[in-house]
Amino acid sequence: MTEQSRIDIRSVTKLYGAVRAVNDVDLTIDGGAYCCMIGPSGCGKTTLLRMIAGHETPTSGTISIGGEDMTTVRTGSRGTALMFQNYALFPHLSLTDNVAFSLRVNGVAASERRDKAREMLDRVQLLHLADRVPSELSGGQQQRVALARALITNPKVLLLDEPLSALDEFLRLRMRVELKRLQNQLGITFIHVTHTQPEAIALADQVVVMDHGVVEQAASPRTIYNRPHSPYVARFMGGQNVLTGTVQSAGAEGTVVESKDGNLYDLPPIEGAKPGDTANFSVRRDRIQISDTKGDGRNCTEGTVVNIEYQGTFVKLALETGTREEFIVYLDDDAYYAAPKAVGDKVHASWAPKVNHILVGANNSTGTPYED
Amino acid sequence: MSGRSSPSGGSLAPYLQVAPLAFLMITMVGIPLLTVVLLSFWEFDGIAVYPAFTWANYKEVLSSPVTLSLFLSTLKYALMTLIATTVVGFTCSYFLVFHVRDLRVQIALFLLCTIPFWTSNVIRMVSWIPFLGREGLFNSLLMQAGIIDQPLDILLYSDFAVVLTYIHLFTLFMIVPIFNSMAKINPNLIEAARDAGASGWQILWGVIVPLSKTGIALGSIFVVTLVMGDFFVVRVMSGGQSASVVSAMKNNIDQLYYPVASAMAVLLIIVVLLMVTAILRVVDIRSELAR
Repeated sequence: MTEQSRIDIRSVTKLYGAVRAVNDVDLTIDGGAYCCMIGPSGCGKTTLLRMIAGHETPTSGTISIGGEDMTTVRTGSRGTALMFQNYALFPHLSLTDNVAFSLRVNGVAASERRDKAREMLDRVQLLHLADRVPSELSGGQQQRVALARALITNPKVLLLDEPLSALDEFLRLRMRVELKRLQNQLGITFIHVTHTQPEAIALADQVVVMDHGVVEQAASPRTIYNRPHSPYVARFMGGQNVLTGTVQSAGAEGTVVESKDGNLYDLPPIEGAKPGDTANFSVRRDRIQISDTKGDGRNCTEGTVVNIEYQGTFVKLALETGTREEFIVYLDDDAYYAAPKAVGDKVHASWAPKVNHILVGANNSTGTPYED
Repeated sequence: MSGRSSPSGGSLAPYLQVAPLAFLMITMVGIPLLTVVLLSFWEFDGIAVYPAFTWANYKEVLSSPVTLSLFLSTLKYALMTLIATTVVGFTCSYFLVFHVRDLRVQIALFLLCTIPFWTSNVIRMVSWIPFLGREGLFNSLLMQAGIIDQPLDILLYSDFAVVLTYIHLFTLFMIVPIFNSMAKINPNLIEAARDAGASGWQILWGVIVPLSKTGIALGSIFVVTLVMGDFFVVRVMSGGQSASVVSAMKNNIDQLYYPVASAMAVLLIIVVLLMVTAILRVVDIRSELAR
């Protein structure tokens, strides 16, 4: 199954007039993987998904599914099934007829397609509503019908366009689990477009972060989260503070970077860096300690507390450090409440040198950092 | 809807809101209609009518072979017009909704459809005469092009002319409701159908036509009632060779046979009501509109 459902996207570009919705994208999605495409609205993720589904044709480049070039193959005969954001169920058809639609247009006999549709409805636990029409269903039920309708064609690839965004928080979490379980059972490739960072992290084997029609980084969720490629990815995925400084000294043993306010940071070696270059790096928010006294001026920063949020398992502290972004620190709640802070307090934050992660990529846009 | 409380709170307010329309309907439709029904049972002698209760008028109308042929020819016009306007209305709306994606262009083209309505019915109808006549524009064109050597007679003062005029006059009444219901179709439904492997025809018959049914039904009601109630177009465009139910009624009225005309009117109302009921039977407009 895995080879048949692998997707190769080779230098795909999609132009809308002069706008490059998707710009020279190269991407391989392993067969049987759960892939999440994430990015702010207008980043091209939905366009890419629609090109895989065949609802849009690339301006240039090729898309192969299972090694077969599918760039211009008709929708509906390329082994993909698309689940729409608003489900797009046929309002005039019963659930059975909705699910059986693709069998009907492919000329399957009435009794056979009815049996198959009922079987599929049973699988999503909606058999008891088989004769209802979609408007009589709740949002979560409609989504399960849409899922059943997409899966009845036995697709190699299931494409999901923001499948959970129309659901309330509770249902969203439940459907998330169901999607993952379903993908495990079926073993086919799922491509899931979302703009919600925790959703991507929780579901995906492979996360594809996009911005302005370009793939910024495609990797496992752990890599994306811990080792973001660029300041944009670090900000968009959250969990990291992005810092900037000027290279003081560079060498095989490491790079020293100085920030505007005079603090020094010990970074791993940067290839080709010269003193005077600008370097971006990130620091995980939960690997930082705070104290009232100034340290040695290395791998630290100081600022004024502007916001304190209790998050249950940790406390989120926002510091104003004189840069244009807030510096966020996640603190263990026991440790924090041993010495609580107040808004307006001056605090010093420091961390171990190994926490510093170099951001190689140049994309320094703010994105829309998704705050948990 | 029943659970919604009126914003003004008073129980009188809703009745006041419908009062103007109710007043108009009762005085302009209800009372005249009642008078017609009443009149159809009265007696007459060619000079005056007398209050009475007699079935004689209905007997006269129903026993005359002319009545049946009148109804049949009116129904024939209605059916031909209905088929033609449905096809034109559907294709035109389809173009406006699914090919013209820009909303502003859509509105502009839609307004273009209404241009014929900027002049009176009579002028629009009469303007066909110089075009279709024996010496008319169309015949001269065909003759000059060498396609025919004798002018075509069926173009004007014929059933063809009558139906053509009906189509011209009433197609907009079909376009508007069909456009309205088609515009409500979520474009994703068409993509979903295509995603399921449906061909263009399958999308048309499986998705677009069923979801435009309400518009087709509403438009059909407009067209059928308009054609069934017409006498002027038939009289002018058939050159007096054909007649409709209402033109026969007009003749009766001209001869002061009011009760007979009334009986015919009641019969016509019954027939039209049956046709509308049949249309509503096929399409559940109420539930479709609530969707």
